[in-house]
Amino acid sequence: MERHSVKSSVRFCFDVAVLATFAALFVTAGYAAANGWTGPGAAPTPQMQAQSASELAPGSAQLINPEDLVKILQSPKGEKPLVLNVGPHLLYMQAHIPGSEYIGAGSDSQGIESLRRRVKPLPRKTFIVLYCGCCPWSHCPNVQPAYNELHKAGFTNVKVLYIADNFGTDWVYKGYPTIKGQ
Amino acid sequence: MRRAVLIVVAIILAAGIYEVGRRSSAHSKLGVPSAVVHSAAPDFSLQDLDGQSLALANYRGKVVLLDFWATWCAPCRDEIPHFVALQNEYREQGLQVIGISMDDGPKPVREFYQQFKMNYPVALGTEKLAEAYGGVLGLPVTFLIGRDGQVAAKYVGEVQMPVLEQEIKSLLQAK
Repeated sequence: MERHSVKSSVRFCFDVAVLATFAALFVTAGYAAANGWTGPGAAPTPQMQAQSASELAPGSAQLINPEDLVKILQSPKGEKPLVLNVGPHLLYMQAHIPGSEYIGAGSDSQGIESLRRRVKPLPRKTFIVLYCGCCPWSHCPNVQPAYNELHKAGFTNVKVLYIADNFGTDWVYKGYPTIKGQ
Repeated sequence: MRRAVLIVVAIILAAGIYEVGRRSSAHSKLGVPSAVVHSAAPDFSLQDLDGQSLALANYRGKVVLLDFWATWCAPCRDEIPHFVALQNEYREQGLQVIGISMDDGPKPVREFYQQFKMNYPVALGTEKLAEAYGGVLGLPVTFLIGRDGQVAAKYVGEVQMPVLEQEIKSLLQAK
């Protein structure tokens, strides 16, 4: 009888533990998905997997973080990059990096054509920074095609500004230099 | 007794899951200023895709779901079928969905509108309108406006539909 009771208690504890483990896993996965985590604990979405396979995966050498770009732009020394916005015009008009030029959306053939024209006369070693910030990094349709175009054209010193969530969150609301308008 | 304990544990965990979901989708998730929340929704008057006038003032007394989106925005595209379903489900109770496209031109928007069988008005956004709503510096951004014309909620990023629907139901109940 006593043995039955101990067995029953053990089984009860096991049930609770299993339930709690599943719930904890579910909560963690849900929270990660909701926050667009790109950390090692997050389950990768198809978009993230696609981008991880590309050269522009978070953490790759082709990317530059906002704080590093700000340092370069504000430093009195060193080569200044040509900063090109390859995102939507309406977002650029609201806020953009001072000195950056609007090119056109990288996902659009006209935008790519415009990029091609802009860089054609430049030396292939020109330091160029591309940025967009329309959407979370794994969803941005613009930076990868623009980067590919410059790579194809032979540019060897191209960086892409890593904007994890959007230009507002990762640049404007952090207090980095911003202007609006044309 | 033990079964009751298990049920209580399950309920507590379910409540936890709901709360995590609610918070992760809430306004201040990304530290975005939500200046317009709990204040009067800025009025606007635009032309929809058919050239008809689209003025927020015309929907006073309804609950308005105002969606800033674009055809090139993947999370926005995922949301649209849900907004179409919400418009169908709650139209009679007083829900009005309005889409503000941040595309640079109307052509892709018209094509998208047909393809996704959108059942609510859509207009092209302007810089002025985006700024009036606190700046739309990333998409999607969704606002819920109560029957009193006050902004009740702002969601930055893809919204969690169960959370949104709950908020809509709650606003629809307010007379």
